[in-house]
Amino acid sequence: MKHIINVLVENKPGVLAHVADVFAASGFNIDSLGVGRSEDAKLSRMTLVVMGDDVVVEQVRKQLAKIVSVVQVQDYAEKPLVIRELVLLSLTATPEKRPELCALVEMFRGRVVDIGSKTMMIEVSGPENKIEAFVEMCRPYGIKSLARTGTIAMPRRAGTSQQDSS
Amino acid sequence: MGKKCSSTVSSGVGSAAKQKVRTGPQIIFDTLLDLGVDTLFGPSGAAVSPLFDRLADAPFRCIFPRHEQGGCHMADAYARASGKVGVILATHGPGICSLTTGLATAMMDSSPLVVLIGQDGVDLFERQACHEANTMGITRAITKYTCAVKDITELERNLREAFHVAATGRPGPVVVDLSADLSVARTAGNGTIQMELPGYRLHTKGHARQIAMAARAINKSNCPVLYVGGGVISAGATQELRTLVEKAKLPVTMTLMGLGAFDQSRPESLDMLGVHGAAYANYAVQACDLLVAVGARFDGRVTGKAASFAPNAKVVHIDIDPASISKNRQGDIPVVGDAKWVLGELTRQVVFRDRAPWLAKIAEWKRAFPFCYDQSGSGIKPQFVIEEVHRQTKGRAIVTTGVGQHQMWAAQFYRFSRARQFITSGGMGTTGFGLPAAIGAQLADPHAVVVDFDGEHNFIKTAMELSTAVEHQLPLKICILNNQCMGWLRQRKGRPLREGQGKGQVPRPDIAKLAEAMGAIGLTVTEKGRVPQAIEQMLAERRPCLLDFMVDCDENVWPMVLGDRSLDEMEGLDVLQQYRSP
Repeated sequence: MKHIINVLVENKPGVLAHVADVFAASGFNIDSLGVGRSEDAKLSRMTLVVMGDDVVVEQVRKQLAKIVSVVQVQDYAEKPLVIRELVLLSLTATPEKRPELCALVEMFRGRVVDIGSKTMMIEVSGPENKIEAFVEMCRPYGIKSLARTGTIAMPRRAGTSQQDSS
Repeated sequence: MGKKCSSTVSSGVGSAAKQKVRTGPQIIFDTLLDLGVDTLFGPSGAAVSPLFDRLADAPFRCIFPRHEQGGCHMADAYARASGKVGVILATHGPGICSLTTGLATAMMDSSPLVVLIGQDGVDLFERQACHEANTMGITRAITKYTCAVKDITELERNLREAFHVAATGRPGPVVVDLSADLSVARTAGNGTIQMELPGYRLHTKGHARQIAMAARAINKSNCPVLYVGGGVISAGATQELRTLVEKAKLPVTMTLMGLGAFDQSRPESLDMLGVHGAAYANYAVQACDLLVAVGARFDGRVTGKAASFAPNAKVVHIDIDPASISKNRQGDIPVVGDAKWVLGELTRQVVFRDRAPWLAKIAEWKRAFPFCYDQSGSGIKPQFVIEEVHRQTKGRAIVTTGVGQHQMWAAQFYRFSRARQFITSGGMGTTGFGLPAAIGAQLADPHAVVVDFDGEHNFIKTAMELSTAVEHQLPLKICILNNQCMGWLRQRKGRPLREGQGKGQVPRPDIAKLAEAMGAIGLTVTEKGRVPQAIEQMLAERRPCLLDFMVDCDENVWPMVLGDRSLDEMEGLDVLQQYRSP
């Protein structure tokens, strides 16, 4: 099953390579990776998405926790979460196509962030399935370039709905 | 949840020196002295960092190995024999590359090492300068922790953190990459050092409820077995183990790494279990209703076919490393904690229980399948050499080994009575470990008799370190059990590995002459009748002495559990029954 693993690490060289090593050594492909500063300037937060057997992922979690530079590891598999990803997408967009594209962007609560004579750059954020849906809708227009941030996630307060709307 | 490590320690320098401006080398040597380091292994080779230029003036005993791998095994065995951290100095590039086998060996067997690497200055990083190799990248997967120091104000803290991480929790090797810039940089001492290891948690005390559950399980069990690994030795928990065993009358079996944790001359000892373990230990484990694993990790060489290991047993798994628990076998009652603490608590809560039928059954297996061999022939049996050394050293020697048949015979026939007496490469199975390990052990305990039981193939791998032993006048006893082939592979395949690898078909050096060439004493022993006298002579020598025993090359290690078989499906039981003494 799909696991979203949250790893809080010391912000210093080599830690990302060490974390990635543990997944590689266990034969896991990392589907998505998001890294950035956390609430503490000395610590970074990594969010990794992997598919795998629960027992094996639990072993990987323990191996990650053993790394001296790793401060905390949580597997978010069972928790109600807010999940987000950001996509930047550059499309072929001639002036006559722009109105329908803008309507599409509106529907996905995205934004047009750059525009040229024949192209548009669009920003959309949301959970993975929403991003996928948006990308599929854009494909017929001609995607010139696409970049995604990887998933980040944070648990909801206890008792709130697991359903994530965006 | 373990407690966070944020302890404060006083800096090594006295109060008068607190404001003294020191260079990197001064900080390194002051800190090592304050941490109680007296012996340094390495560096080998000349081109080392300016950090170590003043090493000769510093009050350390410096052992210069002939090769970094040997130096690493020496420091490893020094740590295993003494319980202290082994310290290695090495150059970057080829130095760190040659250390890797030793680091991986120490990592697998949880041996505390600190390796100080003399790196280039920052201006040369990633420019493909002479000796450049990515230290951190190369060592990350085979060490417990690595850190690079470039800032002199962090040097002492980083060194103290390295020793703390190496020695505590599940011990292991730590690499500290020291920039050459530190040799000229200066800083004033700041009095106190605050370790900053926010991710390093120590799980010392086991969870009280888990311990109570484990104690109840022991008290309820009709057929329990204690299964003890190297963790009991590194935790210094042998006294607690003995007290528990005596109070609850529990049979104890040990892994290869656990040998010495419990006195094998005591009736509760089931000796070693596993693929080449005692038949009685394997039968007991397969039949037990409760298996209490302490500081052991259910390695494949212990379990045989894992799915049918101890099939009827509830498993209590006590380990300081949470990642060891339920890795190879699901633990029913996991206890994360220090073996010394947990065994002490367990002892308070267990009660004596009469398990006469279970103990009688074990005694019957012990009578039926002891370790034994054919003593009738005229050739030298390797087991006979080990038994004779045991007799003449009164079982008190520190024993080191290489890896292979001779290692298993040493584990089976030299019966150990105390912790840190048997030093062998268990997890990694590193051939060539025996000789450098013997050097490290002898340096740790100069008064001990140190015997290296070795194979001829193993010995050749690190033979140049004999020259190191001669240099330091160490009275090592080296017994080569020379079967003129790679015996373990021959036994497992049932034939020589390839055409031309059978007995005498590959040119092999005259090992006794090789020993003589390096300044040691070397003797070849070909007759069974000469064995006791040769050993007597070896034990009397004050120089390194090597005996090359030409042993029966067809001898096999029994029992043996093949590939994917269960532990109770052993080969060679007929041999054991045939040759046991009446």
